[in-house]
Amino acid sequence: MHERTHWLDQPRNVKRLWRAFLVVLALTVLAEAVVQLHPHFAVESIFGFHAWFGFLACAAMIVVAKALALALKRPDSYYDDEVRDD
Amino acid sequence: MTEYALHPGLVLIAGALVLPWLRGTVRSVAVVALPLLVLGLVWQVPDGPVWQLRFLDHTITPLQGDKLARLFATIFALMAAGGGLFALSQPSRVEVPAAFVYAGSAIGVALAGDLVTVFAFWELMAVGSTLVLWSQGGPASYRAARRYLMIHLLGGVLLFAGVTGHIVQTGDVAFARMALDSPAHWLILAGFLVNAGAPPLSAWLPDAYPEASWSGTVFLSAFTTKTAVYALIRGFPGTELLIWVGLFMVFYGIVYALLENDMRRILAYSIVNQVGFMIAGIGLGTEMALNGAAAHAFTHIIYKALLLMSAGSVLLMTGRRKCSELGGLFHTMPLTTTCGTIGALAISSFPLTSGFVSKSMVSQAAADGHLLTVWLLLTAASAGVFLHAGIKFPWFVFFQKDSGLRPAEPPASMRWAMLLFAFLCVALGVWFEPLYALLPYTVKYEPYTWAHVLTQLQLLLFSGLAFFVMLPYLKRTLTITLDTDWIWRRLLARLAHAMQRQMHRAGRAASRVAAQLGSAAQSVVVRQYGQEARLARTWPTRSMALWVLLLLLGYLLLYYV
Repeated sequence: MHERTHWLDQPRNVKRLWRAFLVVLALTVLAEAVVQLHPHFAVESIFGFHAWFGFLACAAMIVVAKALALALKRPDSYYDDEVRDD
Repeated sequence: MTEYALHPGLVLIAGALVLPWLRGTVRSVAVVALPLLVLGLVWQVPDGPVWQLRFLDHTITPLQGDKLARLFATIFALMAAGGGLFALSQPSRVEVPAAFVYAGSAIGVALAGDLVTVFAFWELMAVGSTLVLWSQGGPASYRAARRYLMIHLLGGVLLFAGVTGHIVQTGDVAFARMALDSPAHWLILAGFLVNAGAPPLSAWLPDAYPEASWSGTVFLSAFTTKTAVYALIRGFPGTELLIWVGLFMVFYGIVYALLENDMRRILAYSIVNQVGFMIAGIGLGTEMALNGAAAHAFTHIIYKALLLMSAGSVLLMTGRRKCSELGGLFHTMPLTTTCGTIGALAISSFPLTSGFVSKSMVSQAAADGHLLTVWLLLTAASAGVFLHAGIKFPWFVFFQKDSGLRPAEPPASMRWAMLLFAFLCVALGVWFEPLYALLPYTVKYEPYTWAHVLTQLQLLLFSGLAFFVMLPYLKRTLTITLDTDWIWRRLLARLAHAMQRQMHRAGRAASRVAAQLGSAAQSVVVRQYGQEARLARTWPTRSMALWVLLLLLGYLLLYYV
């Protein structure tokens, strides 16, 4: 079967992808040593600013979303009784 | 009206009215060729007023060209062609004609030189888009269409009141830059913002768009919000309030999309997010920022349509729309997966995609203005786009756990539409000069510097890391997140019901009181006039004579007193 042999289905390959991803991540930060950045704001000149800022911003947004969900999450059948009203 | 007598928007609308009578190959050719013809006509519109006519003591200009108008009219026509191609196998005979009326009116707004014309096409857009939504045919889409129409009629009323006030105050109908110095201008701004999906009514968008058919949502994603962006660029550039409105929309879209389970609602929230970037750019108001907003609207229409085409393909082939029921589709839908992923990379502004060359101009404008807070928020939001649309959408739909679904690729017309738009996403990212040449102001910006590419890659890849590290927190559940549409779907509906019940009860009480009063009156009447009652008795003649005598005596006395 075609789908059984898909390379992405093998955990070994997924692990390899992860490793490659981490190597690329490291490279993008290390490249700062080579590439001349043009920081506009003082905060930008902190090493790896875009890397850690991006990571922390995403983590913060996920936390905010989860907090909001505590108050506003409902089963997805919530509005189903609207049918009755018509 | 010489050689430029044809109005591109009206041609598309007229063509849409002919379309339902065509069948087979003729119809297929017409669906794709008509918008392309319109695209050609858009490029025939010269700068300055073309059509002018007298209307109620005013000179209105239904057709007027300049760079900004042409840019938006171009992408609207292109979108109608791509969407038409994608929808060729759509069985509904109403949807594509309605979408062409909708697109034609959007072109009409873009090419309008005065506020009266803007309003007329604005309302026609609401009609066209409601019909697109309606033509899906199910009860859910019917109700969603009703809510959608309600909000847009409200927006239309605000706009109409504003336009009327503006004309009364200034005596000028021209659609030009306005300051927020009168209630009329506030009303116009509010009317535009309703369509842009701005708070507090933003929930109309994720409520309505995902209820359209697999092809209908593709059309809906393109025109309403981007026409509003166009109108704001022309009417309210540099209005500081818009920076904050835009930033709110950006984060609102991200947070709600992160919590969402329906794949097309994720993308609908991400429309609000992307329009937020544009509106923030309009608020910044510099030439760089306005170029950025306009360019981003252009590229956004293409990659968002592409994303919704891939989602529409999945919906058509699997009949499912919830992330919790999807996954593993890359096995049998490699083309859809690839195209959806290209759209996802473009929306995330990955280097070599269209988003990279457009959105960065807005951030650059914030940096040029030394607005640290705005810049930091825009940067955080760019990271968040990758999180909620760039990875989340393709991951949960095409990858994640294997759902066991093995759907085939969609029909050829849909595949070609996706390929075309995927090509445009990459092409605009690589050869960006033609797009930059179309922008309203001269572009002094170079997107591909080593520093920009590197910082963008850092930002996005580490957002990706955050996604996978925090994946357990993003697990999909069978839930929705309440939004402001709760106010009109639940609170106001409940209030109306309660009021109805109260009125019913009050009505019953009133009729009970009336009945009691009636029977009391009846008993009085019966007591006084009934058989044997005092007034109905036959009185003896002598007592009558006595009473008459007494009356006459009383009269005599009163006369002399």
